[in-house]
Amino acid sequence: MMTDAVSRRTFLSRTGLIGCSLAASPLMTPISFAAAPWDTRLVVIILRGGLDGLDAVQPYGDPAYAALRPKALAGGPQNGGIDLDGHFALHPGMASLMPLWTAGELGFVHAVSTPYRDKRSHFDGQDLLEAGTDTLAEGARDGWLNRMLQAVPGVQADTAYAIGRGDMQLLKGPAPVANWSPDADLTLSPQAERLMDLLMQDDPEMHAALAEAQMLSEGGGGGMAMADDGGEMMMAQMQQASKGASHRKIARFAGQRLRKDARVAAFSLNGWDTHQAQGRNLTRALERLSETILTLKDTLKGPVWKKTAVVVMTEFGRTARENGTGGTDHGTGGLMITAGGAVRGGRVLGQWPGLDSGALYEDRDLMPTRDVRAHAAWVMRGLIGLDTSVLENSVFPGLDLGDDPGLLL
Amino acid sequence: MAGFNSELAAIRFGCGLSPVVDAPRSIDTMLQGLQSADAMAQTFPIESFDTFRETRMKAVAAQRKILKENRGSDIGKAARKQRNVLNRIARTDKGRWLGQNLLRRSYTEQGFFERLAFFWGDHFSAQGKQGLIRRATSPYIEDAIRPNMTGQFADLLKAAVLHPLMLTYLDQHRSVGPNSAFSMRKTAQGKAAGLNENLAREVLELHTLGVNGPYTQTDVTQLAELFTGLTFQVNVGFKFRKDMVEPGAETVLGKTYGDQMNRAPVLAVLDDLAVHPATASHVAWKLAMHFVSDTPDPALIDHVAAAFQATDGNLMAVYTALLDHPAAWQTDKMNFKFPVDFVGSACRALAIPPAPIQAFDEKGMQNAISTPMAMMGQNWQLPIGPDGWPEEDSEWITPQGLSGRVRWAMAVPQVLQPALPDPREFVDAALGSFAPDAVRFAASAAESKTEAIGLVLASPAFQRR
Repeated sequence: MMTDAVSRRTFLSRTGLIGCSLAASPLMTPISFAAAPWDTRLVVIILRGGLDGLDAVQPYGDPAYAALRPKALAGGPQNGGIDLDGHFALHPGMASLMPLWTAGELGFVHAVSTPYRDKRSHFDGQDLLEAGTDTLAEGARDGWLNRMLQAVPGVQADTAYAIGRGDMQLLKGPAPVANWSPDADLTLSPQAERLMDLLMQDDPEMHAALAEAQMLSEGGGGGMAMADDGGEMMMAQMQQASKGASHRKIARFAGQRLRKDARVAAFSLNGWDTHQAQGRNLTRALERLSETILTLKDTLKGPVWKKTAVVVMTEFGRTARENGTGGTDHGTGGLMITAGGAVRGGRVLGQWPGLDSGALYEDRDLMPTRDVRAHAAWVMRGLIGLDTSVLENSVFPGLDLGDDPGLLL
Repeated sequence: MAGFNSELAAIRFGCGLSPVVDAPRSIDTMLQGLQSADAMAQTFPIESFDTFRETRMKAVAAQRKILKENRGSDIGKAARKQRNVLNRIARTDKGRWLGQNLLRRSYTEQGFFERLAFFWGDHFSAQGKQGLIRRATSPYIEDAIRPNMTGQFADLLKAAVLHPLMLTYLDQHRSVGPNSAFSMRKTAQGKAAGLNENLAREVLELHTLGVNGPYTQTDVTQLAELFTGLTFQVNVGFKFRKDMVEPGAETVLGKTYGDQMNRAPVLAVLDDLAVHPATASHVAWKLAMHFVSDTPDPALIDHVAAAFQATDGNLMAVYTALLDHPAAWQTDKMNFKFPVDFVGSACRALAIPPAPIQAFDEKGMQNAISTPMAMMGQNWQLPIGPDGWPEEDSEWITPQGLSGRVRWAMAVPQVLQPALPDPREFVDAALGSFAPDAVRFAASAAESKTEAIGLVLASPAFQRR
């Protein structure tokens, strides 16, 4: 494992990887082995596709709710929902999280959104959620979580992890971030490693990514003897990679890193775009999310879990009314989920706008009553101690933080 | 000023260099090749969607019916077993068709055609969501995309949008006019039926105008109402259901479309969207980005968009404009190959024989191709959303993605090509005059043939185009 100073130095000297192009590698920049800059842990999970917040946390106490969801998506305790507080009920797909709710380690914020409005495109919606800006007009190409890292001193190469096979816009930017998927380990013979390094000299972008891959691989970048059977060995390794549910593997990998030097981890879960057969599809997706959170808790163990806040966000909510195909279409106001030992859960927060026809956004979507970025900002303020001005000017430029919603203990 | 270069034409606009197939001689031969018969479809056939539906989907539907009527009995059990067999065969064939795709890329003389088939298949990205139809993306491309790539964009648009796979993928087949006869009937029975705006939104956002195009939520809803009636039935294929149509005319982008109970208003709105200036710009930008650079010369985009507009979206004119602009041949900002292009061009450079890849069973194909490609970031024909695969190089040049490429390059070529070439000759076959000295050196200095081949394939010179 690449977690101690010795193996890192060995890696660097053995492979001669300290070259000019390597300056671009996030893992190469600040080579110092001081203690981590802070002690709490932040996990951000992006739900891609638009979570239906009104089904995940069902406002059955709202008099207009039943009429909006009369058939396939009828909710509330009389339809299998788990009562939370007499007004909201939890979707049964998250039943396994009820012990966390009871322990105050699971909370919700309703009727939140990014500033994104009206076009309801997943792709722009996600870009804006991850950029953390007011609009996409300025073309901000770094993510708000990266800007947070830029604002705190002492961030190291492995302080923050973007996990999964895809890329996370959320963590992109100048601050060092490790990108990795738990099943991507690379092992090369020493000779192949040297030659590979030579080949990459003129391509800084590829060089940096490959150096990071070697760095993050179990065994820290090769040195493993591969004779003529090298091909078969790697073949066997690739086959290994496909086993096991990916969300659990990602959560376990995140947990393992966070127990050590990592302080921030981000990844995404797909499968939330429930235009049809939402009853079945959302249940599956929520079960995966629940397993992800529980795997994180199990892997982090007690003391680190106590210092952890998990923030779950999505690009937008969905239509208040169920559509003609047992699902919902793209909407506006949505749900944020918080979990972890550091959160003050057991509550559904947010200013509830109501579901009367007049209260809906464009007579169609849940009205957003607060910017989801404000909640994310208050979590970072409490967890990492960032100044309000940094959050309002750098991390989320132009955001008014408003009052502290009290998401953390 | 940069201009046509035979090797660059094969690398950038084709499937890469080959030791057995010549690179294109001129822009004219590239363009002529697009209009010749689809020879690769003959040599390495892939089933058409209609055959897929007619034979496989009907058979599965029949077994499902037997199962439903005989649940618990031996007849029911036999039907379930038969259904599972059919599902497994289709799963295996989806992998086999990926193999055929790689063989087409390996041996085609019209590399640009194969690349366009991927490009348009991705622009009109569609996948089945449940059951057997999940394996039908290759058959969809065979029917809707490949035969329609050299005519008018409008015809390609209509073929893709009205295709059963697209209708089911974006939920159109279940979208019902709220005031339609069907909806009234359902409401009387206490059941739900109504509009689903998924396809309408993506047609505007992804297929035609682009997300910055001049449309509003009202246009989306109106188009969704206009689209009602477009459905799919396993037994007949595409089916227009009058009883699902929302009565009355609809207005999209300020133009009102008639209230006929047939496809005519749908075809009319697609014809109009296909020639909209925003569509011209959107398609031009996407072509330039896919084929040339993440940051294409604006002059190139304008040139292609102008050709699109001047010809109401004649695709041959569009391709001509793409190829005859000097910016298309720049070599400063090379694109990074998608995983399928990386794997396909490796197969071509290796001149893999058809036998090993065609002999793979389901597991063999997963191990050698599909799972490694997923690690590289491209889970074959399963992009996350209808926007298809990302064009930006930065989405692919990730540590985990590069690790997947290096691992594949070191391990799999020897499986696909049992007679690995001499690595020094392979450098010429794979890169021609684009081979840097470092790659030549690495090919000769590696400890084994497999590592040498792997290094050539993993080199930036091979992974960029």
